[in-house]
Amino acid sequence: MVTLGQYLGVSGMLFAIGFAGVLLRRNIIIVFMALELMLNAANLALVAFSRYRLGPDGLPNYNAQVLVFFIITVAAAEVAVGLAIIVALYRARRTTHVEDINALKF
Amino acid sequence: MINAVVVNSALPWVALLVPLIASALIVLFTQRARDLSALLSVAAVLVSFVCSCLIFGRANIGAAEIPWINLPGLLRVPLGFVLDQLSRTMMLVVTGVGALIHIYSLGYMRDEAGKSRYFAALSLFIFSMLGIVLANNFVMMFIFWELVGVSSYLLIGHWFDRAAAADAAKKAFITNRLGDFGFMLGILMVWGATGTVVFGEMLPRLGQITANPSFLTICVLLIFCGAVGKSAQFPLHVWLPDAMEGPTPVSALIHAATMVAAGVYMLVRVGFLVQASPAALHVIAWVGTITAVMAGLIATQQNDIKRILAYSTLSQLGYMIMAVGLASGEAAMFHLFTHAFFKALLFLAAGSVILAVHHEQDIWKMGGQGRNVFLTFVTFACGTLALIGCPPFAGYFSKDAILALALQRDPLIFAFALFTAFLTAFYMVRLFVVVFLGKPRTPEALNSRESPTSMLLPLVILSLLALIAGFTFFARHFLPLPDETHSIAPILALGAMLIGVALGVFLYRGRNEDPLNLTALRHRFYFDEFYGWLIEHTQEFLARVAAFIDRWLIDAGAVRGASGATWSFGAMLRLLQVGNLQAYAFLFGLGIIWVIYFALFR
Repeated sequence: MVTLGQYLGVSGMLFAIGFAGVLLRRNIIIVFMALELMLNAANLALVAFSRYRLGPDGLPNYNAQVLVFFIITVAAAEVAVGLAIIVALYRARRTTHVEDINALKF
Repeated sequence: MINAVVVNSALPWVALLVPLIASALIVLFTQRARDLSALLSVAAVLVSFVCSCLIFGRANIGAAEIPWINLPGLLRVPLGFVLDQLSRTMMLVVTGVGALIHIYSLGYMRDEAGKSRYFAALSLFIFSMLGIVLANNFVMMFIFWELVGVSSYLLIGHWFDRAAAADAAKKAFITNRLGDFGFMLGILMVWGATGTVVFGEMLPRLGQITANPSFLTICVLLIFCGAVGKSAQFPLHVWLPDAMEGPTPVSALIHAATMVAAGVYMLVRVGFLVQASPAALHVIAWVGTITAVMAGLIATQQNDIKRILAYSTLSQLGYMIMAVGLASGEAAMFHLFTHAFFKALLFLAAGSVILAVHHEQDIWKMGGQGRNVFLTFVTFACGTLALIGCPPFAGYFSKDAILALALQRDPLIFAFALFTAFLTAFYMVRLFVVVFLGKPRTPEALNSRESPTSMLLPLVILSLLALIAGFTFFARHFLPLPDETHSIAPILALGAMLIGVALGVFLYRGRNEDPLNLTALRHRFYFDEFYGWLIEHTQEFLARVAAFIDRWLIDAGAVRGASGATWSFGAMLRLLQVGNLQAYAFLFGLGIIWVIYFALFR
């Protein structure tokens, strides 16, 4: 039987990996993917809580699941916008390396 | 019937505001049209004069009071007028002499480039002076008091491109401000004690001040400070002789009929307050006496025709203040009334001479003007006789009223007053003999020509007034005259005058240079030097202290300190702004951890 703690452990690890990716990777697309990973870590935690913290009537807590859908939707929108920005950035700067992009204006 | 009431209550407002309107019109619209400006200004003062005459003629006149500042129970400052005999007469004098001086200015300032500016300032001056005369409360009077200061500044500094004139204007304004500061404190003290600044309401509440004699004395002396400044009494007299740098009609206006009379008028207006304090009266009488004697002494050794007249004005103002100090407002006002005519006359006649000899003011460069400018000569003689108190001219009556009063109250003051009468006769005869008799000393004086009619007309009118203004049958329509006392004062005064005249003629007849050379008098008792020294050493020191505080405490400490702290903090924070996205994310993560730590574990 998988416990809540194990789910949360996996979620935490995913989050940590994602955060490490955001901090350490150079390619901005990878950074972006790591960011998505962090979002999904949060989703996993929410689903686990929904499943393991049953309400008084014995049903799962659907609030958490609704929030997960919400996050997925927002993430999809974010990907659309984010990738568009990255493409524009690449066209302008001919690079996708984070440390090359250090000015707000150029 | 209603019409008459409306007209009655509108008259004082019209008299007061028309010069202001004229001044505004000149400044706003007719700067270019110089002759039109002059005409506007003259018309305005004539309208004021006519209104004053109408007001004078109507017994039951009362202007509507306009509420202005009204804090119930605390302070009530209306815009209202006092229209008793005192102010009506003053209105006549101010607008009458003012009108004559305006007309005279038409001639004197004929080819002046700044004519519009000059007449605008002149109208503003008449407006302010009428405001002082009409004000029924201290606050309103003080406002107009300051307006007089401003307009006199403009007039004295009319030829501002001459450094001397600009300095004289500043000196007049600043010296007046010194006195005005005391005046303001005095007003505040009176208000604090009685709770009112309106003259009429003050009288019933006088007991609240008189209950405390020392408070009252300080109060009266502070108010007197205002008069010391405006009426140029010792020790603030220094501005008046310098103010002669202005155009001559301005000297006549400011130093004869109006501005310097304002101080005396104010003291008479609040006579009930002044006379409640014997100690203050004593001080006032002695300040007047000192001024009279000192100015008389200085006048005997001056060489500038206008300066001599300026010091004689000081001396006569000393007489008036002396009379106020001897608790006789009537005598003071009587002398003010007659002095306004003959001193305006003297100044205007002097202006006529100055113009005739091509703007030369040194009396030793004139001479023999009796033949060339005959009418000026005659009118100047009238003025001189009136000033030295020769019967039957006006000065005789009013000066004797003061002398008789002094004899009655204080023999020592009388002695000084008598000495001043002697001095007056001496220096005026000196001036007269040197300028008008003898032979012309320069080519300009030889070829001098009489002034235009617009200048001579006021001279003639003023000579007539100088002749008749002192007679009881004339003056009693205008003023409550001092009681006639039968004493030996007039005889002594006449004697002093005759000695002065004789000495003056004896010493100065046929001379080409001054036989006397009294350095202290020539240098005006070193007042200017002393004040210069005083200011250099006190103000300079204060300025250094202030500069130190400003430079090191405020600038370096507060201003630069605050900016420096902000700047260095900003410089420190700037180190964090590396521009690297991942660095920000790292800091962001640290921040989150920090927040979580606080939220969960503290």
